[in-house]
Parts: sequence; structure tokens; C-alpha cells
Amino acid sequence: MSALIETHDLTLRFGDRTVLRDVDFAIRPGEIVTVVGPNGSGKSSLMRALIGGLKPAAGRVTRARGLRVGYVPQKLVLDRTLPMTVRRFLSLPRRVTDEAAREALARAGAAGTGQQQLATLSGGQFQRVLLARALLDRPQLLILDEATAGLDQPGAAAFYRLIEDVRHDTGCAVLMVSHDLHVVMSASDRVICLNGHVCCEGTPQVVSEAPVYRALFGEGTRGALALYRHHHDHHHHGDAQSHDHPQAERHAEQAEA
Amino acid sequence: MLDDFMVRAALAGMGAALAAAPLGCFVVWRRMAYFGDATAHAAILGVALALAFSISVFTGALAVALLMGLAVTMLSARDHAADTLLGVMAHSALAVGLVAASFLTNVRIDLMAYLFGDILAVSRADLAVIWGGAALVLCLVGWRWQAMLTATLNPELARAAGIDPRREQLILTLALAVVVAVAIKVVGALLITALLIIPAASARPFARTPETMALLAAGIGIAAALAGLGASVSFDTPAGPSIVAAAAAGFTLSTALGALRRG
Repeated sequence: MSALIETHDLTLRFGDRTVLRDVDFAIRPGEIVTVVGPNGSGKSSLMRALIGGLKPAAGRVTRARGLRVGYVPQKLVLDRTLPMTVRRFLSLPRRVTDEAAREALARAGAAGTGQQQLATLSGGQFQRVLLARALLDRPQLLILDEATAGLDQPGAAAFYRLIEDVRHDTGCAVLMVSHDLHVVMSASDRVICLNGHVCCEGTPQVVSEAPVYRALFGEGTRGALALYRHHHDHHHHGDAQSHDHPQAERHAEQAEA
Repeated sequence: MLDDFMVRAALAGMGAALAAAPLGCFVVWRRMAYFGDATAHAAILGVALALAFSISVFTGALAVALLMGLAVTMLSARDHAADTLLGVMAHSALAVGLVAASFLTNVRIDLMAYLFGDILAVSRADLAVIWGGAALVLCLVGWRWQAMLTATLNPELARAAGIDPRREQLILTLALAVVVAVAIKVVGALLITALLIIPAASARPFARTPETMALLAAGIGIAAALAGLGASVSFDTPAGPSIVAAAAAGFTLSTALGALRRG
């Protein structure tokens, strides 16, 4: 299968400072890819280059023709002077029907919020509304830039389960940048560890055992990664498509963590 | 009907208020009040240059306001200390404009008319310029409304949807320069920013969507223009400042009502 977005020898600079060099990256239909890396490692810059907001200093970014991207920004600072209902927000920049808006909100777990002001939503609701907006165009690729930065751990975990459900139902590829290593990695097909360049790349298990990854993130994540292995061991034997775990089992796993 | 100077003044005030309303909303949402000041103050320099070279005052004010808008846009994109920079540009533009005007020894220039407006002396030709400019601004803003709103909310969100935020910023700058050139006759260069932001800010407590805010701002702006003109005739006060004072009274009232509704 050909890639939705590909970069070839991508180098990004801000002024004299090189934030990212020689990145070869590709994401294929239906994949969940996570980019991890310390602050200032160029994660967000990579996202910006992929959506066309940052011009490569060298190398190139190639998108599949007519690619539909749904983008969930890191955070959306809403100026208090700007009145905006959830329903109105969903119609930006393309106006959508009430039915499409209702469906997207329901899909993202934010049903019934249409008439609320964006500014009055809780952090978790806000992220779900951003996700609903991103889903409206039936994206082939969903890009989430630190989408759970403002959420607590259970909130973040719930949000990632939602993302997995969306992928399962729509078949869209998902590209995420995250700090929530253990939560986010368990849901990924592939992890890319970034620190100015691609340090290592592979299945979550391969990356978590790579010495460069350990050097960047320390040994502190071991427990969570043990949990991760346990998590994946049992459903990789069966239906690889299914990421659905019985609710009770999920709780047990969290308790272990 | 247009023979009556009060009718012409009322039409001029309504045209300027109408053009200023949607743009004023963007000025408020994007926190561009200083940007509006810099653009408006630069227009004084444009007026002085226009008189020196015997071209139309509207053209001179529009050209210099546009240049200032572009300069400020470029500089503030590069430097994040935009607040100080804008303050420097806004007040320097005014000072340089006033100095330039003082060199015009062979042209009689009524500076007060350009600083505070001269709406009671609006001619039929001025009216045509004001309403033509207002129509242009409304078309521009209407055409780019969805894209500009998206870019205002979040530049990356706009990028991902194929909108170039810099392009929207440029269109906004252009529209702002037109409003400045149109409104200089109505409220004067010093009070144009007031005509932009006060009606928009007054509309905020009662608006649930960006569109209702812009419509309410237009209504409030037009009411302020008419009330200010009326007061100016009744009490023999200067017309431009009276219009802004009426808008300020509206703002006070709306803020109080908004607080009551919430409380």
C-alpha cells in the first residue's frame, strides 16, 4: 500500500537553528503511528511540516493526491471576546449540515453539546469537540498533536480508546504526538522516537527496549511497558484488528500500572 | 434629499459604521487595537502627502495606511515584542504626519478636520467614496469570512484545512486600510480605532456566534453615529467625538446589562 504522507530527507530550520534533520517518514492507510520525544525534539515541527505549515529547509514532503487530513491541534486558546457555539465551530471552515454535525459529535462522544459555548466546555469535552470537527471531512489521516496535554490520566486513556474506536470504525490512519508514553504507545502499531532526528523506530516493544529510547526517557517507564507487553500479548494471537478489551480487564491492567 | 447636509452626514456615519462593524470584530478577536491605531495614524501622513502632491486625499490616506499595515504585519511576524513595536509605529506615524503637514505652507490644511473628522462637511463625492469603500470592505470580509474566522481561531487548524493564515491576514490589513481611508472624514484618524472596537465590544455580551456579534456591532455603530450627530446638532459639540462618546455610552450600558444577566 502506498503512503498517505511521506517525507524524504526532511530538514526543518528556524532561522539558524536546525530543529529536525534527514527525516524519512511515511504513514500508510489504517496505521496508528506515534511520535515520541523530549521537549524541543522537533515533534510539533514535524506535524506542522506535514500539514504544510512549515516549509522544508531541505528534502520534501509528499502527500497522496486529494488526501483528506483531520487535524486536532495541541490546544486551542479561545479569546474570550470571540463568541462561538460548538455547532458553529463545526462549520469552520466548511459549512456542514445539522445532521452531519450531530453525527460527528455523537461519534466523538460529545453528543448534545451543540448549543454550548466552546469557552464553557471542560478540557475533555473540548478535545472531543475538536475530534468531532476533525472527523467531519471523513479524513483518511487523523493527526493529533499532543491532543491530551490538558487531560488527566484517566481522561487521556479514555480519549485514546476513543481514537482506537474511530480507527476501527472508519479505517483512517492516525498520527499522534504525545507525552503520555505508556498510554499512547500501547495503542500504536509503530513508534518513532525523535530527538532532532529519528533516533529509533519500530513496534512499541522494539522502541521501548532500544538503548537510545532508554537514554532519552530513562528506566522509569519499565513498569508501564511491561504492562504494554501483557496488553498486546493476548490479542495479537487472535484478531489483530480488534483492540477492544473487556472493560473489567482494562481496569485490571490500569490497577497493575 | 442629499442637499441637506444632515442627511449626508447621517448617511456618511452609517456607511462608516457598517464597514467598521465586521472588521472591528476581527480587531477585537485578534487583539489588533494597536494595529488599528498605527494604520489610522499613518493616514495623517497620507493626507499631508496627498495635499503636497495634489492627489486625492482618499487615495493618499489609503496608500499610506496600507503601507503601514503591511509594514506592521511583516515586522510583528518576525518579532514577538509586537506590543512595543506597534506602540512605536502608531505614535511615530502620527508625529511624522503632523510634522509633514506643517511643511505644507502653500496649502491650507485644516488638521482638526483630519484628526477628529468633519462629517458635517461631507459632500456628495465623499458619500460616494464612503459607501463605495464600505461596499468593498463588506464584500472582502463576506468573501473571506469563513477562512478568516478559522485562521483567527487557530493558524494550524487553518493550515490543515488548506487555508493560508498569512493570506487572510493580508486581506484583513487591506480591508482595514480601506476602512481607515473611508472613516477619516467621519470620525478622524485619532478616533477610527474607537469606531472599530467600541461597537464590537458592546455587542459581545449579547452574541452567541461571530455572525450575531458582527450584526449587533453594525446596529450599535449605526445607532451611535445617528445619536452622536443628533447630540452634535443639539448641543453644538464636535460631531466625530460625539459619535464616539455615544458609542462609549452604549458600551457602558451593554457591559452593565451583560454583568446583570450573568450575575
